[in-house]
Amino acid sequence: MAPGLCRDCLSPLDRAGEAERCPRCGSTRLLFHPELFALAFAHVDCDAFYASVEKRDDPTLADRPLIVGGGRRGVATTACYIARRYGVRSAMPMFKALKLCPQAVVIRPDIAKYARVSRDVRALFDEATPLVEPVSLDEAYLDLAGTEAVHRRPPALTLAGLARRIETEIGITVSIGLSFNKFLAKLASEIDKPRGFGVIGRQEARGFLAGRPVRVIPGVGAKQEARLTADGIAMIGDLQRVGADELGRRYGAFGRRLAHLAEGEDSREVERDHEAKILSAETTFETDLAALPALEEELWPLCEKLAGRLKQAGLVGRTAVLKLKTADFRLLTRRHQLDRPTQLAEAMFRAARPLLAREAGRRRFRLIGIGLDDLMPAVEAGPPADLFGGPDDRLEAVERAIDRVREKFGPASIGKGRGLKPVRPRGQAKKSR
Amino acid sequence: MKLTIERAALLKALAHVQSVVERRNTIPILANVLIEATAAKGKEGRLSLTATDMDLAFVESVPAEVTKAGATTVQAHTLYDIVRKLPEGSQIGIDNDAAKGGGQVGIRAGRSAFTLAVLPAEDFPKMSGGDLPHSFDLAAAELRGLVDRTRFAISTEETRYYLNGIYMHAAESNGVKVLRAVATDGHRLARVEMPLPAGAENIPGVILPRKAVMEVRKLIEETAGAINVSLSDTRVRFAFDDAVLTSKLIDGTFPDYERVIPAGNDKILEVDCKTFAAAVDRVATISTEKSRAVKLSLGKGQLTLSANSPDAGSATEEIEARYTAAPIEIGFNSRYLLDIAQQIEGEGARFTMADAASPTIIQDTADQSALYVLMPMRV
Repeated sequence: MAPGLCRDCLSPLDRAGEAERCPRCGSTRLLFHPELFALAFAHVDCDAFYASVEKRDDPTLADRPLIVGGGRRGVATTACYIARRYGVRSAMPMFKALKLCPQAVVIRPDIAKYARVSRDVRALFDEATPLVEPVSLDEAYLDLAGTEAVHRRPPALTLAGLARRIETEIGITVSIGLSFNKFLAKLASEIDKPRGFGVIGRQEARGFLAGRPVRVIPGVGAKQEARLTADGIAMIGDLQRVGADELGRRYGAFGRRLAHLAEGEDSREVERDHEAKILSAETTFETDLAALPALEEELWPLCEKLAGRLKQAGLVGRTAVLKLKTADFRLLTRRHQLDRPTQLAEAMFRAARPLLAREAGRRRFRLIGIGLDDLMPAVEAGPPADLFGGPDDRLEAVERAIDRVREKFGPASIGKGRGLKPVRPRGQAKKSR
Repeated sequence: MKLTIERAALLKALAHVQSVVERRNTIPILANVLIEATAAKGKEGRLSLTATDMDLAFVESVPAEVTKAGATTVQAHTLYDIVRKLPEGSQIGIDNDAAKGGGQVGIRAGRSAFTLAVLPAEDFPKMSGGDLPHSFDLAAAELRGLVDRTRFAISTEETRYYLNGIYMHAAESNGVKVLRAVATDGHRLARVEMPLPAGAENIPGVILPRKAVMEVRKLIEETAGAINVSLSDTRVRFAFDDAVLTSKLIDGTFPDYERVIPAGNDKILEVDCKTFAAAVDRVATISTEKSRAVKLSLGKGQLTLSANSPDAGSATEEIEARYTAAPIEIGFNSRYLLDIAQQIEGEGARFTMADAASPTIIQDTADQSALYVLMPMRV
């Protein structure tokens, strides 16, 4: 007799008889699972988040295929479930998406708005449990262990209530995955998307995993998948058969990690206020770029943007990270350890430029990004002051002066020469909107 | 080339030579050691071993029974590993018989035999010659004193490459001519001096690169006699009994360090150096990995060391001290304090301070030849 619940009226149910409908409200959205009230680890994922927010704000879009994304050469950031029926997927180039679904409505993403909605959703998460780890704007892990005493109902019911509140109070839908660790909770949330509630219990975990392809394991990308397939491992069941010892021998630490996850073991905990250890800014180009000067021109404003965020957050970092994506979507990252932690745009640019010079000119890139790693609060970073005046002292004085002018007269009032775009010949000037 | 040599002699020389060879080399021959056997009539034969990284070259020669003179190059680390693993007391035979092609070198000891690939001796890079117009001798203990008490302060910052070494120059201190060694990383500075040796009167100020300093330091340990130092504006040579190290100098201008040695500091603290170092070490257990800060709180006749970390907790320790000025609190990087305390051989250390934000001078109370400047940190 498996315990169950009604996802509409939140009544706990027993599978007595063959009830297809909730005896209280008549709903068919019933959920039964032998371990339903024994599990407390959840992954909550907003369904087609950006598209759902847009549909909420413009009801005329409700029944039409919607793609959020754009730019002349941009990609579909999010496709609503109607558009997905035509084969449109996230990260698909826009021209291809529109070929599949020419009648789709395209909306440019409004990240600021999504961030606001995300905060509202987060506030509801926080009411369910203090242990919330946001992964991105639209998904989070929640550990509800011990919340039964507070809410006077088991985690499964709290989650069903949470999903219902998000629908009624915020106006978007979520899919919930309930299990006993991060890896399985994430897989569970994908079981019956959208507006789903997937459960993976301890009894079935191993069997459930056996039938899934290896690429559902975090850390197994295309490259690792190809390598595993070449070795005769396509499904997680194959990993289970090979066993931890052999996997460790073959693939080292990566193999041992695979073995654990294949058995449904994942000891990662929900980390509240998961602190950003790396901050970055990146941009995708209108057209692919290869030449160093053109790439540098894109890099500098990113350094300034990142520096702005670091200064606001009072953080400094020690490692500059340059990120490049080639025209054929290969991701390159190059790191450089700085002599001293910094938050200056100029210092980041100077660190990243030689890294960029080494990569530029040989191939075309579609994206560039700059990040700063090994972050720490600026107040903590203070190495002893320098006897000779540090080499960055002058840079710092200049940049702080620029910041002060901008604060008073606006961001466009002053800047370094390298931030100036070359003047375009008349007639080709970009139209401002 | 054909020779026989005692394992112990070869191993010792190779140990010195191979440490010059960089582990990763883009130019294959730089991974090799040049071995040259010479035999003069009526004299004992010698085997000389040379290694270089293009900035620094090192030659050491050892006695050997040379049957046939000649030269070749083999991989330094491979040769070193072989010799290291051969049994103690072995006699090692080395030959590369041109008749057998000369493309390989044979190493033989007891029942072990190795054949190593070679690269031609003619391809081995030679450090550019040129005059070394200045020459003077230093006793091993003198050179050790200069190097040991300054090298900890050498900077590793790439952007200030001119701080990546020891600045050596002739100067005048209280009317006495001295030879000075100075190193700094901007946070601390070490200045050591000794009476100017004959021949060094007109030397230019030179910056000895870190790697040369470290290699020289290893060799001093095994030298009892004098070391001849000769130099020009661009190169320096250290000649030991059986070994010669030649290095390029850092091409840069060492900053005017005198200007950062404070003259007006008036608050004087004297502590027992060993007690102080042990206390700093204990208290620093608590300070954060990143800052390693310890706070010195000074009152009449007493010094309190303390450290705080939001994660770990806090620590304090009181030690006796001679201090009569107005109470102050000042913070330092504990690592830097310990580095300096280690160099002070006498019992007492004297801190001369101004305030919590200005550089502090630290000296051995019994020995004025070394002076350390340390920048405080905010605590």
